[in-house]
Amino acid sequence: MNPQNQNQPPRWAQKFISWYCKPSLSEDLIGDLNEYFYRNVHTLGPRRAKVIYIIDAIKFLRSYTVGTPHFLNHIINHIMIGSYIKTSGRNLMRNKLFSLINIAGLAISMSVGLLLIAFVFDLHSYDRFHEDGERIYRVNSIQTTTADGSRKFPSASIKTGRLIRENVSGVEEVAVLRDGFAADAEVGDHILPVRGFWAEPSLLNVFTFPMLEGNPHTALRDPYSIVLTELAATKLFGYEPALGKAIRINSSEYLVTGVIKDVPFFSHLTFEALVSLSTLERNSEAAADFEEWTAMWQNYVYVLFQENADMVSIQSQLNAIAENENLGLEHTAVHLNLIPLHDVVVGEKLHRSEGLHMMSPNIPPKLLWAFGGLALIVILSACFNYTNLSMARSMRRFKEIGLRKAIGANKNQVWQQFLTEAVMISLAALLISFLLFLVLRPQLIYMAPELQQLVKLKLTPVVIFYFILFSISVGIIAGFMPAIFFSKVNVIDALKNSSPLKIFKKVSFRRGLVIVQYTLTLIFITTTAVGYVQYKSILAFDLGFNTENILNIDMQGNNPDLFIKELGELPEVSGLSRSTIVTNVGNAWGGFMKYSNPLDSVLVMTNEVDENYLALHDYAFIAGGNFITRPTEAKAVSEVIVNQQVLKRFDIANNDPEQAIGKEIIFSNAHGNGRVMTIVGVISDFHYGKLDNLIEPVAFMYWTPEVPATVNAKIQSNDMPATMAKIESAWKKIDRVHPFKAKFYEEAIEEAYSEFSIVIKLIGFLSFLAISIASMGLFGMVVFTTESRLREISIRKVMGANSGNLVYLLSRDFLLLLLISAGIALPVTYFTFENTILNNFPYHTPVQLTELLVGLLAVMVIACMMIGSQTIKAARANPAVVLKSE
Amino acid sequence: MKGTNIGEFEELVLLTVAALLDEAYSVAICDELSSQTGRTVKLGVVHAVLNRLEEKGLLDSHLGEATKMRGGKRKRFYQLTISAKEALVNTKSVRDQLWERIPTLTWKNI
Repeated sequence: MNPQNQNQPPRWAQKFISWYCKPSLSEDLIGDLNEYFYRNVHTLGPRRAKVIYIIDAIKFLRSYTVGTPHFLNHIINHIMIGSYIKTSGRNLMRNKLFSLINIAGLAISMSVGLLLIAFVFDLHSYDRFHEDGERIYRVNSIQTTTADGSRKFPSASIKTGRLIRENVSGVEEVAVLRDGFAADAEVGDHILPVRGFWAEPSLLNVFTFPMLEGNPHTALRDPYSIVLTELAATKLFGYEPALGKAIRINSSEYLVTGVIKDVPFFSHLTFEALVSLSTLERNSEAAADFEEWTAMWQNYVYVLFQENADMVSIQSQLNAIAENENLGLEHTAVHLNLIPLHDVVVGEKLHRSEGLHMMSPNIPPKLLWAFGGLALIVILSACFNYTNLSMARSMRRFKEIGLRKAIGANKNQVWQQFLTEAVMISLAALLISFLLFLVLRPQLIYMAPELQQLVKLKLTPVVIFYFILFSISVGIIAGFMPAIFFSKVNVIDALKNSSPLKIFKKVSFRRGLVIVQYTLTLIFITTTAVGYVQYKSILAFDLGFNTENILNIDMQGNNPDLFIKELGELPEVSGLSRSTIVTNVGNAWGGFMKYSNPLDSVLVMTNEVDENYLALHDYAFIAGGNFITRPTEAKAVSEVIVNQQVLKRFDIANNDPEQAIGKEIIFSNAHGNGRVMTIVGVISDFHYGKLDNLIEPVAFMYWTPEVPATVNAKIQSNDMPATMAKIESAWKKIDRVHPFKAKFYEEAIEEAYSEFSIVIKLIGFLSFLAISIASMGLFGMVVFTTESRLREISIRKVMGANSGNLVYLLSRDFLLLLLISAGIALPVTYFTFENTILNNFPYHTPVQLTELLVGLLAVMVIACMMIGSQTIKAARANPAVVLKSE
Repeated sequence: MKGTNIGEFEELVLLTVAALLDEAYSVAICDELSSQTGRTVKLGVVHAVLNRLEEKGLLDSHLGEATKMRGGKRKRFYQLTISAKEALVNTKSVRDQLWERIPTLTWKNI
């Protein structure tokens, strides 16, 4: 600081005074203060002088010095809201058709935006109730194998949790959860199935699950402790206190050590009960690989980091742990990475290890962006309507603007007026679209059970605030171009009653908008058509086996023998079999197979089935035949039926099915390590996974009671409800506790692809909106053009033009625009599907031209109706009537 | 009538403005008041009073020349208006009348 500056009064204090002070007073006031300041500099020194100056500056902030704020003046004098509202209102009433098109279009399109806002808001409220949520991370495992490449799982091994707790700095707490606690809880003669997790005691410290009864620090410490949610406790014990009571689960006694509040709806972890993880450690049920580094399929590790923890160094520590542990592994490696708790729901889509109970909701941000983009297109389409129609009608308002400008309105004011008008219209549209939102909300939520569990779309003040904000921004977008356009109007031109032709200068811009609008609409509608056809072809796909009329009944832990006996007596059941899982709906069950090379171990998908399964589903044998032995325990299983991919993968008998019969493989999974099995049959390839997977090696083994059971019943019935009732009463005989869970195979497949059906329904809905909005816009434009050319048409008619010529003349331009749109939209849709979307489906049917043309035809027919009705009306008008008024 | 009555401090300020003739601006008034009365007079108070008196129509003001001493800001000079003169004279005559009514004897008894 230079000395001269030192002896100056503080700049900002002066600015402060001139900011708040009335202009008439500020100059001499500052002057006075300055004078005192210079005096004080001499007597008290610059430092104290400055302090006094600042204090005085603040002290002078009094009622008589403060002026009315500038911006207030600005608003009162310049915006003239009252006048604008009046003119906007008159204008709305004068052009009822255009107002209707604008408001209806904006309302329809904005309802989509409102749904999306509420949806995104719900997704972002997931897991926000955890007090330390910012510091909680989940450990993901990235498994790299030579066969499958790299895959990321949301789970991690129990050992990972222990290693992080012991070795990583900056960790406050680690909690391990083990998935798959699902059992029947017995209290007296009360039986209730409960689901939840095995959990470490630290879980209640990491997450915020407030405990109503019991000690959160010790509740999950001892083996055979169980913590219930309020709801589960009420179900089991009624209104008696549950704490300290015993529950029987699988013939073991568990002690209720705590009751927590019910898990909030917006939690990615959902459970009814937590059982201490230490129970498993001393339980023989625990899998053999419980403590292994690679046993990462069933557990979730959550870490609460200290505040200001250095995430970079933590990641490198995790890498070091993984490196160290991977040293002992061959052909596979596991790496760790962290994902913030708040990114679990709206975040990367991870692989799911099969057979887990936990269904953690997950929406990839890309999907949200995609839907946001689609909604934006629909909204923009409505904005285009507004822009287009207001500019087309501009000449009717030229006088008004000319007058406003002549009496002193400047550019800014005109532009503010038109923006105000647009925002007013969009706010009016908001009211209607809010009603639409209320109507559409249940439709969206009940569209799929997944959505019902995912969102509520409740209205909160914040959401409403965003609705209004959204509506205002839509208004600004819609009104932006007209506002700029009108503000540039030349006063003299406007008042001189210049020919309307001049105003059509912007015609190419408006044409461009129509083309963009129709191109997007066409893309929407053809996408829906193509997607629908593809979806149907997926459902009707030849999977390589027969699923017709097969009812799959989940045995839920019961032995299927009794049930099969019961069903066998029903005349409608023509065939029965047992299997472990239902294939082709995303389920998987597998183990590791080796052939001659002991190092080449491959993950092979399996299904444990009985001797009737393959015949019931019409699997095609290429060589060999059905199982010969009927083992009753997993250890004794010695036969396997494989598909062609297994032979190919291991190069068994040079890929010759006949020669492969009798060859031996070694198979390991949770029910037996290193079992030697003989290939007794080879079946042709079929789809085990969903259609977005390639066909992979699959093996069938004989079903034994250790593995879960599904009963497959082939049903031939003319009265399906009666038959289902009979089957259900058969189920009641063997299991009173669990509700009957059965699904027809085809239904199950349909459900497995429900995400596609949801997407198609949504896009279908959006394309319906897009086409309505675009049609309304087109209609408005046609009405306007024909109206303004009515005289021209009449003169042409007098000169001898016939109606056909005139219709052609009037509609030529519009049809040309539509054709250009079609020329852009159809190839874009075709190539997007063929090269991007359908690449994920290796077995898809190619996109047909018919699907594309159907969409085009629909749009064209509607557009032609719009154009036709108006042009024909104009062409038929009596020229005498029209020209008389001239 | 409230408007024509003036408070004690207002009276002092008006008198000071009259006494300072052409040099009556806020800082000078402030200094003069301090030296005459012997009490510390804050600029803020004087400023507020000057402003109020101007609103009441007892003072007129105009901006003077810019001086370096004030960082290039002009001074606001004050002048009495007719009504101020009336108010002052009125106040003085009320006091004089009251003074005259006090017999010398009374003073002795206090």
